[in-house]
Amino acid sequence: MTVLEHRPGPMARVGGRLLRSRLATALATPHGVDSYLTHFNPMWAAHEVRARIESIHRETDTAGAPVATITLRPTSTWRGHRAGQHVLVGADLPGSAKRVTRAFTISSAASVPGETITLTVRSNAEGQLSSYLVERAQPGEILHLGQAQGEFTLDESPATPTNNHLLFITGGSGITPAMSMVRTLLRDGYDGHAGRKVTFVHYARSPEDQIFAEELQQIADADNGVAVHLHHGDLFSEFGLRRIVGDFHDLDTYLCGPAGLVELVTEAYTRDGVLSPKLRMEFFKPAVLRAASTSDEPEGEVTFTRSGASVANDGGTLLEQAEALGLNPESGCRMGICFSCARTKSSGTVRNVLTGEESSLHDEEIRLCVSAAAGDCHIDL
Amino acid sequence: MTTVTEETTYHGLTKEQIEELGTELDAIRQRIIADLGEEDAAYLHKIVKAQRLFEVSGRALFYLPVAGWLPAVACLSISKILDNMEIGHNVMHGQYDWMGDPHLNSRMFDWDTVCPGEQWKYSHNYIHHTFTNIVGKDRDVGYGILRMDPDQKWHPYYLGNPVYAFLLMTFFQWGVALHDLEVENIVSGKRTFADNKPLYPGLMRKIRRQALKDYVIFPALTGPLFPLTFLGNATANLVRNIWSFNIIFCGHFPSGVASFSVEETEDESRGQWYLRQMLGSANISGGKTFHVMSGNLSHQIEHHLFPDLPARRYPEIAPEIRDICERYGLPYNTGSLGKQLWSVAKKICRYALPGGEAEVAPVTGVTDSTLAA
Repeated sequence: MTVLEHRPGPMARVGGRLLRSRLATALATPHGVDSYLTHFNPMWAAHEVRARIESIHRETDTAGAPVATITLRPTSTWRGHRAGQHVLVGADLPGSAKRVTRAFTISSAASVPGETITLTVRSNAEGQLSSYLVERAQPGEILHLGQAQGEFTLDESPATPTNNHLLFITGGSGITPAMSMVRTLLRDGYDGHAGRKVTFVHYARSPEDQIFAEELQQIADADNGVAVHLHHGDLFSEFGLRRIVGDFHDLDTYLCGPAGLVELVTEAYTRDGVLSPKLRMEFFKPAVLRAASTSDEPEGEVTFTRSGASVANDGGTLLEQAEALGLNPESGCRMGICFSCARTKSSGTVRNVLTGEESSLHDEEIRLCVSAAAGDCHIDL
Repeated sequence: MTTVTEETTYHGLTKEQIEELGTELDAIRQRIIADLGEEDAAYLHKIVKAQRLFEVSGRALFYLPVAGWLPAVACLSISKILDNMEIGHNVMHGQYDWMGDPHLNSRMFDWDTVCPGEQWKYSHNYIHHTFTNIVGKDRDVGYGILRMDPDQKWHPYYLGNPVYAFLLMTFFQWGVALHDLEVENIVSGKRTFADNKPLYPGLMRKIRRQALKDYVIFPALTGPLFPLTFLGNATANLVRNIWSFNIIFCGHFPSGVASFSVEETEDESRGQWYLRQMLGSANISGGKTFHVMSGNLSHQIEHHLFPDLPARRYPEIAPEIRDICERYGLPYNTGSLGKQLWSVAKKICRYALPGGEAEVAPVTGVTDSTLAA
């Protein structure tokens, strides 16, 4: 297998162990071993995970929202991933030089250390990182990665066979985790004739928007027990699903797609007000963008997620609003210079009261004393 | 002839003029913030890379017996100075937080000194930068050790002022580390030992790690050269101590730098805060390398006006700040390192003795001649 060629050799393993030793940590204090290694070769790492872009392959050319598959070679610190997991990817965007970090599902089959992985990303106008990766990034560039995470995974393997019927329902770029799972099953010698059926139901806007069209066709044509149903343009319906798989309610179902699809499918899987425990789903947090407002009146709700408190936005700084709620966040100068009150805003738009600048980035660090909410906001406090 | 006659003035300017001054400075600040980007990031990355290379070279040169020693000490001294000043001080001010790089973020970064960054940020970013030169509030006025202002009550203890200053210079990193324990406030009864308890674990951890690295492991790794490496590391720490002490003491102690009372700074406006920063800081003139090696703290005035702007921008805005000072009749206190140090040394000696005249910044206010300028 070609992947084995990239497994770390004995020298690299000894080197890795040395770099992760207490001695190396003590020598590199307070900056850490990685902050030295990276200056010699960005692909050398002791703890952090980075990856080099090997290639970028355009999947669809949908106007305004093209999709590309990006093949990454992670550093030796990558621990591998299970099918369906996602990874945090960070890049210093050219121009602004700001590090932007987002989660992307890994579209390649489950990996072990030393293997490459792929991300399949849809570019969208609001997503700085996704549009960068799809439209501007070049092979050879280095990205910052986390370790794979997420529990939306296929926890059965050919080694522990069951004969449960497996159903995937996906929409748009939500196809990626399901694709990783199907690829893993097929790669690892999944045998549909052992009695386990796999049904793959996917919704795309049009045949041109269909990601992985060729591969899905091959999977459908092969004698492998995987049934592929592609829907172009039509919406999910309970009736339609029943025609394909019969009573779906008790099937092991993996659902991933846009909010509209998720809503319709959860409705179909809800009986007597109870959602079927067989349905597992995943969707990423959509950006809470502020609706263009004509008035200057403060609006929205400020939620302090750690303390569970929320309050109607009164237009004052987030520090004042937190204090009015009886929360006592650390603070100092109250004029934006000392960074004592820096906190993470998980979502929402804030306005810098000194500059008037608005920002809607997820998981962005803000100074509470000079930030006011512009619409709904979630603060990690 | 000053145009200010009847209205109440604050350090020579009317309220209106001070607010105008604030608006002008805010505009400079916003212009720079809007312009931050790739060049600033590239600059910081370049400095960090240089620092790492100096450090690695310094550590490696100790393996070269005798001939390598001096270059090793030089490299390591430069490494520590860059690390503490142009990188550490500035990154921990949050100047590069906008980049979103976790390694160059004020919440994550720690520097190559025995002072834990976490504790320094409180006394420096908050206390010193908010209450700059307010005697009784800004603990950087004399650092709780020296008498640097006539408003600090004299005591026979201060006869040792020059000696204390010399010791502080020699052991500067330790002085900075212990600064947060506010020993002078414990002596005066304003603080108790119990207040310091939460600080000890972090302080001890940092001291242990730094001492282990510089005085045990790196020397041990050079085997029989242990004593030379040990001595070399100590020398590099000493060079950094002397250099940073001298740069920092020129920031607020040269003659002509004003100090303020708690009363006059109550209910201060943003404009007044700016004015206090301008009157309470002094620059050092010099070349490009000098500015980099001082962490651009040679532009203390610009730094105090905009402590969270990347320091590499200070030289760029300095002419504008100078022009503003001229137009408002404010001093722009600057001079060569020699001149400023001489002035600081005189002050250290003068205030060892009782009395002393309060420093008055030479403010002329907005006059016909400044308007013409």
